[in-house]
Amino acid sequence: MRFVVCIKQVPDAASVRFDPEKGTLIREGVDSIINPFDLNAIEAAVQLKEQVGGEVICISMGPPQAEAALRDALALGVDSAVLLSDRAFAGADTLATTRTLAAGIKKLGGADIVFCGKQAIDGDTAQVGPGLAARLGLNYATCVSELEFKAEENILKVKRAWEEGYDILELKLPALLTVLTCINTPRVPSLKGKLKAKKAKIPVWGTNELGLDASLVGLSGSPTQVVTTCVPKFEAKREILEGEVDDQVNALVERLKEVGIL
Amino acid sequence: MLIIDKDKCTGCGECEEVCAFGAITIKDDTAEVDHDMCTLCGTCVDTCPSGALTIEGKEERGVESDKADWRGVWIVAEYRLGKIFPVTFELLGCARKLADKLDVPLSAVLIGSNIKQFIDELIKYGADRVYVVDHPGLDKFLEQPYSNVLVHLVKEYKPEIILAGATAQGRSYIPAVATMLETGLTADCTELDVRIEDRALLQTRPAFGGNLLATIVCPNHRPQMATIRPHVMKALEPDESRKADVIEVKIDDSLLETSSKVVDSIVEEQTGVDLANADIIITAGRGMECKENLSLVEELAKLLDGAVGATRAVTDAGWLSERHQIGQTGKTVSPKLYIGCGVSGAIQHIVGMKGSDIIVAINKDPDAPIFDVSTYGIVGDVKEVLPKLIDKIKKERGL
Repeated sequence: MRFVVCIKQVPDAASVRFDPEKGTLIREGVDSIINPFDLNAIEAAVQLKEQVGGEVICISMGPPQAEAALRDALALGVDSAVLLSDRAFAGADTLATTRTLAAGIKKLGGADIVFCGKQAIDGDTAQVGPGLAARLGLNYATCVSELEFKAEENILKVKRAWEEGYDILELKLPALLTVLTCINTPRVPSLKGKLKAKKAKIPVWGTNELGLDASLVGLSGSPTQVVTTCVPKFEAKREILEGEVDDQVNALVERLKEVGIL
Repeated sequence: MLIIDKDKCTGCGECEEVCAFGAITIKDDTAEVDHDMCTLCGTCVDTCPSGALTIEGKEERGVESDKADWRGVWIVAEYRLGKIFPVTFELLGCARKLADKLDVPLSAVLIGSNIKQFIDELIKYGADRVYVVDHPGLDKFLEQPYSNVLVHLVKEYKPEIILAGATAQGRSYIPAVATMLETGLTADCTELDVRIEDRALLQTRPAFGGNLLATIVCPNHRPQMATIRPHVMKALEPDESRKADVIEVKIDDSLLETSSKVVDSIVEEQTGVDLANADIIITAGRGMECKENLSLVEELAKLLDGAVGATRAVTDAGWLSERHQIGQTGKTVSPKLYIGCGVSGAIQHIVGMKGSDIIVAINKDPDAPIFDVSTYGIVGDVKEVLPKLIDKIKKERGL
């Protein structure tokens, strides 16, 4: 069986800060990591391979430095990796991104199951998984918290979370899943894995290798475009309640009583 | 990519100043760009007084024809578990203003089974028209049938704008719909407006984990699609007198074909108040220090009939389930009272709760960013403050 995992290298959002004086994002000292949800996607694919056999291929669309993320994935039990990279892919919105990823998966010969994380922590759209499933004509489920592969029937039985609870779905393969962090605990890379990752060859596929028209990918292929960005401003009273703990608590309770909440 | 015309560039540095991503530097009196840092947002292009900056591939995509055959604003009703969810009315409230500005009807799209009973409410809350697709095969939500039906309606009736809820259901199938229509979709919009000259939908959303607000347009493709989280927009007051027309659409059964199936739908027992409807939310942050200390947060929530929220740090640590998570990767809330206990105020969390009426922060770090967005702040140790707060409230209540 072939399992494909789509991953994204993202800045560690927890450490991205905004410098209000300079008006810029401070990106020095900010690590690039595999998108956290994608770590769970990798783990889910590798666990399934260990259970039923097959191969796990990891792909990522990104700038050249995204290769490091793919090497990290190889250290986690992924069998091989491909980087989809081309200047033409830059500035892509989710529609252009799925076009590129779909072309990559088709070039690999398709997949029995495509694993994605629920969303990337830099874009936060959660659009690539469903969009990719639509392009590849795959059955899919998002926000998957549990999965079970029923080999005899060629069906994935999954628990898919929504606000008030969950659905149990059965998806006939081929299928695509986007996973939550609660689905598993990603393993730590093994020494053997790290050595393998260091030596692995990671091919780079651009528009030529994928047979893609440059006008259909990247910024040119994106129906949406950013027109302005600005720093969010927050209006707030910012009243700090002073004194000892008792004073602070009393002051708070008074204020909440005044507005009728208590 | 960003192209710098060295002949036109005067090295004035306006672009360097305005670039939020630090991608431009002035060297030897000329602007230079680091292409890996540049996100092609175009803010510098607009700022440059000498017109020295262009983005390749972007300048051709200016104000396009107004796509005259695409007209009308649609919202997609959130139907599941046999009812219409509140985000539907919030969408109507937001879309009403857009439709009025564009001088077009506002339509609600109602897809499901046994749903004609909801038509009146959609009209009361702002719809001029309701498209109804009522079919027993649409009783349980599944991605392909719902996507196929919505795509069919769009191709038939050609709306210029579609808004949907950024709920688990919406986030699951609306991106598939946008892809099938080869059009643009912007997720989690916090503000929407229209630009009359080209009828463009101006879609504002947090970017870079919430560190920036980006305004996005979809100039050349229709429909322009956007999702909005619950608790971000406001519903209108119901208008019993509003008249609307109802279009019942019959669909071919082939649209409902799928080799996925829903085996079961489980509503989980809510222990305590549901975050989505809570007027009061007490949120635990990493500053609570350990899972055991969360009992203080839970006790305060119980005392006030409130819900318990969590930051991502808390859910990552496994102290509370993801259901409690508030923020970019969690839920958006707008209660009357939000109390953050040991919450530092990372921007990704703030974007999920800044709509709260009153924000109280308790944190021992006086520089914690949460104090910047708070109504009232207590600099102190949650382990000392919370027990005293609980006692004080109990005394007030005569307990």
